[in-house]
Amino acid sequence: MARIRLENISKSFANHAAVKDLSLDVKDGEFFVLLGPTGAGKTTTLRIIAGLEKPSGGAVHINDANVNDWGPAERDVALVLQQYSLYPRLTVRDNLAFPLRSRVRNMAPADIEKRIEYAARTLRIQHLLDRKTDRLSGGEMQRVSIGRAIVREPQVFLMDEPLSALDAKLRESLRSELKDLQMRLGATFIFVTHDQVEAMTMGDRIGILNQGRLVQVGTPQEVYSNPRDTFVASFVGAPAINLLPGRLAGNAAVISAKDFELPLTGRPEGEGAYTFGIRPENVTVESGAPVEARIHDIENHGIEKIVTLRVGENFVRATVPARVNVALEDAVRFGWNPDKVMLFDATTGLNLRHKAA
Amino acid sequence: MAVVSTRSGRLGNRIAIAIVIVITLIFLSPIYWITTTAFKPLVQATSVPPSIVFEPQITPFVKLFTKRAQLTAPVAPEVYEAAPWWERLVLDGGERLARDGKGNVVFSAYPDRFINSLIIAITSTILAVSLGTVTAYGFSRFRVKGEADLLFFILSTRMLPPIVVAIPMFLMYRAVGLNDTHIGLIILYTAFNVSFAVWLMKGFMDEIPKEYEEAALVDGYTRMQAFFKIVLPEAATGIAATAVFCFITAWNEYAFALILTNRRAQTAPPFIPSQIGTGLQDWTVIAAGTVLFLIPVAIFTFLLRNHLLRGMSFGAIRK
Repeated sequence: MARIRLENISKSFANHAAVKDLSLDVKDGEFFVLLGPTGAGKTTTLRIIAGLEKPSGGAVHINDANVNDWGPAERDVALVLQQYSLYPRLTVRDNLAFPLRSRVRNMAPADIEKRIEYAARTLRIQHLLDRKTDRLSGGEMQRVSIGRAIVREPQVFLMDEPLSALDAKLRESLRSELKDLQMRLGATFIFVTHDQVEAMTMGDRIGILNQGRLVQVGTPQEVYSNPRDTFVASFVGAPAINLLPGRLAGNAAVISAKDFELPLTGRPEGEGAYTFGIRPENVTVESGAPVEARIHDIENHGIEKIVTLRVGENFVRATVPARVNVALEDAVRFGWNPDKVMLFDATTGLNLRHKAA
Repeated sequence: MAVVSTRSGRLGNRIAIAIVIVITLIFLSPIYWITTTAFKPLVQATSVPPSIVFEPQITPFVKLFTKRAQLTAPVAPEVYEAAPWWERLVLDGGERLARDGKGNVVFSAYPDRFINSLIIAITSTILAVSLGTVTAYGFSRFRVKGEADLLFFILSTRMLPPIVVAIPMFLMYRAVGLNDTHIGLIILYTAFNVSFAVWLMKGFMDEIPKEYEEAALVDGYTRMQAFFKIVLPEAATGIAATAVFCFITAWNEYAFALILTNRRAQTAPPFIPSQIGTGLQDWTVIAAGTVLFLIPVAIFTFLLRNHLLRGMSFGAIRK
């Protein structure tokens, strides 16, 4: 098992910088998620760790050895991709055996059989072993490609959006399966995804990338409740956080456009332009609340409703229990939990009350 | 509505099938013509209107494989009686077979030329396809400096009709002693075909997801092993299609073979018309030579037909 350390990694393609000055320390046995939108540099970072790309600058360490000059085979990492991850023309069994038959490993056929047997049992794909890969469903394919990683007993599992091509139900079940597998193997996982739900549910820690930069690293709880900037705040969490432009007036937030005031707690930061962040679950809709709004939209999610409130030009999302009865264009009053308000600099987007982890 | 559209659909299908049959017949008619000519008696080969009904004979093939001379006087009956059946066919036509000092029948050069054709076409096809595959892989997978210019340059070698360079080629080949050698034609045909092979294979290579090889690299294989174990089997369809085209080009090439060879390395295409004879034009022998000459390409294409069909629809299915 292994610890992965990236030191000031950068990578440029032609004149486009894909990864900028990225440093990261993934602990042994950790399930680490790299989260970010498309083009953030997640996959490039993963490929640099795998040895499929050479970094333009910086160093990759596996277990304190600088592996910059090592090829992918020498790094002993396993890679699971979103698609095209299985060798066509081969059966499932041959796919699982393929990495073991490499000259680097030089394994006895009996040992190969044992490993295949173990991996197949772990992933419940024994019945598929003699099937050709083009006769598999999407979920089965991804199981097999995870199996191909497992048989190798590698130092690190690298996964590049392995669940993204699957349908929602399957994704959900494989999500918990993967997490379960990682805990049983005690292996180091680096998991790339653009899906914040995957990141929040599976990751021990999450690294959030934006435009090639690592914005924040932290546990799911930390990035959710203590985001470093508006990007992280809005990328993590569904329904998304409310970001409202405004200014400070004493101990209150004044939301601009059609001004309305809401109370704040904590040390005042001084006058100026701010962005106030409040998660929908911290917005309260009740009769005694300070601000009046109209119901703009209602989404029913079973145990709760997400209502969008309209105040002048601002829209505020709030989660309310399902039993609350509201209709479109109803006039309601809302407030927020002043303890949960996040204060961002209006120009840089940085969280002014961010506590360094 | 549905019934009507089905009916008209069926009618449309029938019309389409009829058109396909007509076109097929048009395309097959030259092959029918040359094949029947190869089995016709000499007089019927050029008769107008062409004879459809005739008594097939294999005299043209006997003539193709032998050397003959005009009979100046009728053969003696006992000689005719002693001759084997296939020699009588020639004697009936007013010719006698040439024999060497020991009385053995002298064979024509056709088998040699045919074998030359096979050697040269097969070798140059293997070379062109291998070079093309490797080059295309390089262009497809690695960032090559000036890739677009290089690819254009490779293609540009085909923009000129090859015959334009025939005279300089002849002089060059004479200077370096490649005239009338197998290796000379092999080099030439490989050079023609390699540009085509690179372009065709590049398309096929681009279609193979590079994720497969990367997975193999991570799984502990070298780039070379990944190429042979993963890329080549995936590219089989493209290789087959490219090979067929290269083989046909090399097999049918006439002009350079005519100019650059005369004996040792002459291929079948320039040889066949040289059998037209003196005095009277014996089209049946030409036809016989041509029919035999068609067979290898037909077999080769037939063997690779599955790959070819998949090759044609490659990409269309996947994307």
